Amino acid sequence: MNVIVEREKGLLELEQRIGDLKSLSEQHPEASFVNEIHALEEKYASLQREIFGNLTAWQKVHMARHPMRPRATAFIAALDEFVELHGDRAFRDDAAVIGGIGRLGGRRVMVLAQQKGRDTKENVWRNFGMVHPEGYRKALRLMRMAEKFALPIVTYIDTSGADPGIGAEERGQSEAIARCILQLTNVRVPVVASVIGEGGSGGALAFGVGDRIIMLEHAIFSIASPEGCAAILWKDASKAEEAAARLKLTAGDLKALGIIDEIVAEPLGGAHRDVEYTVASLLREQGRALDVLSALPIERVVEERYAKYRHIGSWQRENERMVRGAT
Amino acid sequence: MPSVTDWLRGRKRQLERREPGLWVKCPECSEMLYRKDLELNLLVCAHCSHHFRMPAIDRIASLIDGEFHEIAADLEPRDPLNWTDVKTYPQKLAADREKSGVIEAVVAGFGSMGGIDVGLAVMDFFFRGGTMGAVVGEKIALLFEESARRAVPAIVCTASGGARMEEGLIALLQMAKTSAALTRLQAARLPYICVLTDPTTGGVSASFAFDADIIIAEPKAVVGFAGRRVIEQTIRQRLPDGFQTAEFLIEHGHADLIVDRHQLKAQLIQVLEILLPGARRREALA
Repeated sequence: MNVIVEREKGLLELEQRIGDLKSLSEQHPEASFVNEIHALEEKYASLQREIFGNLTAWQKVHMARHPMRPRATAFIAALDEFVELHGDRAFRDDAAVIGGIGRLGGRRVMVLAQQKGRDTKENVWRNFGMVHPEGYRKALRLMRMAEKFALPIVTYIDTSGADPGIGAEERGQSEAIARCILQLTNVRVPVVASVIGEGGSGGALAFGVGDRIIMLEHAIFSIASPEGCAAILWKDASKAEEAAARLKLTAGDLKALGIIDEIVAEPLGGAHRDVEYTVASLLREQGRALDVLSALPIERVVEERYAKYRHIGSWQRENERMVRGAT
Repeated sequence: MPSVTDWLRGRKRQLERREPGLWVKCPECSEMLYRKDLELNLLVCAHCSHHFRMPAIDRIASLIDGEFHEIAADLEPRDPLNWTDVKTYPQKLAADREKSGVIEAVVAGFGSMGGIDVGLAVMDFFFRGGTMGAVVGEKIALLFEESARRAVPAIVCTASGGARMEEGLIALLQMAKTSAALTRLQAARLPYICVLTDPTTGGVSASFAFDADIIIAEPKAVVGFAGRRVIEQTIRQRLPDGFQTAEFLIEHGHADLIVDRHQLKAQLIQVLEILLPGARRREALA
């Protein structure tokens, strides 16, 4: 059960009542419902602030998984041009990955996106956004093409994780992910990665290494699902909410840790409340990042990317610990 | 830097203190094995050839000729997320340090193998299940960078449950850090050989492990991306025996060869001699 969908129910009821009253007052101009409408709208606004003003990590996990959340296709549809390119040239075309060339605000780009479905039928086709090795190998092929034709890479991340199935293991899921990560660490074009929904583990990271990492305000990026983490570390799946808070998986937490670069604000109530606004905001931020990176010599971009990843994670020396007397 | 022979001896003593039992039961054939004999046999069952999981220091001793010069030996993890589940992260680290005799899940350094100078990192499953946090990522990255600088090949023996959850996304991003450093070794056209040992899964298998030029697996080692339980829960059926083993990897084309632990050093030397005909040699000490 999605906790955001549950909390939205009261709001949707109010919305319905306001709409009903408005159409009633149009049909009966002689009766005035102005005060009633006004009161309901105020109630709606305060309820909205109460529900969405300060989301917990757990609520953000559910926002990121919201069934109405804009998928990668919403962002791709807003590009000036897009030509989808299919297949890994070896096994099959993985529909959980959409790849292709196009223009973002006039800039030539290579787009690599993880795509969840909207309904059951699309989810079966897209495998719920869980990528198979052939999806990563399609992406790898397109990363190499991007380098060959000097196309900056723009990625959209939205997956609960790489597919954990028999076929995926037989076809080398580990190797496929490893090659994508390796390629992105030194590909000689700018890379701007955006987490738009769920950034789940290594399967997300295969699209998530870049010069700029952007997250939508309510997107999450995590080493493991809170449920999986709770099951492994607490041996108790009911601790998922606590795990979500401890994992520091929200955009705000990850910006504070210095792991991501930008947060793009979502409308109150989440990206799905105003898809057009969300899409335009993210594309604008991606365009800005591409302009900054494209103005630099590519050697410098690649060198700075190296330095950035090389310095993630700190440690202490054994003797320092002894000096400080801490354990 | 302390002499690594001394260091090895010191660590060995710690290990002996923690496992006093004289006899060990082979989990494969149930034969009772005399611990001293088992250790002399490189932790391989004399009856059924079952390869026991090997602590990093024993592995190093079995591969390196004489002295091993450890790098970044004193790096210890911080607690970046101030992590607590049923225990705190520092409590878990302290317990693992006591249990394993190592201060992190990988030991990295330089030595010679059949007279060929090499960089070698060995993961230790007995420390936090060999999981990769910032320190493991740093040591692997340093190994690749330093091997490139010294113009020597790098060998990594993996044993890992994946990225370390207690360090959150920082741990996951070590996959990118190690990969970035590996590009330095690749640019220098130096061989990188990975030895997959039981078990190697998750963020380690999906980063530097499978990026190697040559991938060797130990017999029956379990290697895969997703853990067996996760797959079984997802597909709601029991997986066949032999799924995700070294033999499975060979069958599906994901590893170059399976090598018995007794032949591992000789096999590595042979491969390195062919790949690097001009490899810097020193007089073999063993």
